[in-house]
Amino acid sequence: MWTRHPFAARPSRPSWVEGTGRHVSVRDAAGRPTERAPLLDAASRGWLVRLTGSGWERDDAIAELLAHLAEAARFVLARRQALVSNFPRETVDDLAAEAAGEALIQILEHLDDYRGASKFTTWAWKFAFYEALQAVRRRSWMGREIPLDDAAWWPVLARTPSPEERVEQRELLSDLKHGIEHVLTTHQRSVFVALALNGVPVDVLADRMGTTRGALYKTLHEARRRLRRHLSA
Amino acid sequence: MLRRNRRMLPEWLERLLGPVGPQLSCEECFAQLDRYAELELAGVDAALDNPPMRAHLDGCPACKEEHDELLAFLRERGA
Repeated sequence: MWTRHPFAARPSRPSWVEGTGRHVSVRDAAGRPTERAPLLDAASRGWLVRLTGSGWERDDAIAELLAHLAEAARFVLARRQALVSNFPRETVDDLAAEAAGEALIQILEHLDDYRGASKFTTWAWKFAFYEALQAVRRRSWMGREIPLDDAAWWPVLARTPSPEERVEQRELLSDLKHGIEHVLTTHQRSVFVALALNGVPVDVLADRMGTTRGALYKTLHEARRRLRRHLSA
Repeated sequence: MLRRNRRMLPEWLERLLGPVGPQLSCEECFAQLDRYAELELAGVDAALDNPPMRAHLDGCPACKEEHDELLAFLRERGA
């Protein structure tokens, strides 16, 4: 989703950070203060000042932030301990360190995107969760074939919930299958079958198709809209 | 061909077809995730505050997984 850059380069202080103490104003593109300018808490402001500073103060801030990110990554990975134990030669700590490092790169690269809408640590932690969960999803699907055609998904839906719903479900399945085959484009069909029917993680499919998570979700959204219209018209 | 009102579709099909109405992209969801989680933590009805965000989380398992973990982490830390 993001462009990778080494974090050796020192980021500039976000241009919108002004004022002192707890009071920080946010300005729009024309430099006018916005109506909903948040008040940045002292800790968040401290993070920004230290991370955009220099010397040992910045180095300490980076080390401290990395520890925060690793803690968050370990949290999510430990909750998937059983899954992680299937990954060859990797432990929770290995994956957490890797995810934290990747998250740190992204945070330093995108420091200017932090607008003070949340605590700085909350904003930073979401990068750690993104990287850690992406790592788990990618490893879980490593070497697995991704089903993109209807032959693979039909049996999944054939698990009928109850006898009385069998007839109704058969009709709905027939309508759905017709819609998938005739209402969707080839690309929309592949994306819908993989993501919605077979539960392939969107970032895994993005890797395989050489596209982005956002682009795939947009395709899925349009495919769902077309199918809903087909079924409900 | 069978034609149905949207409200008549069973839950499993609604799940497949995802939420209706406007919703965010994955990138917009990520950009707003931290504020959204903090609002939830503060007891604010974040879904009411930001329906397009809620709709995206309902329709995108990957973003929902990241949201759920962030919220759980914040709750555990008492942040």
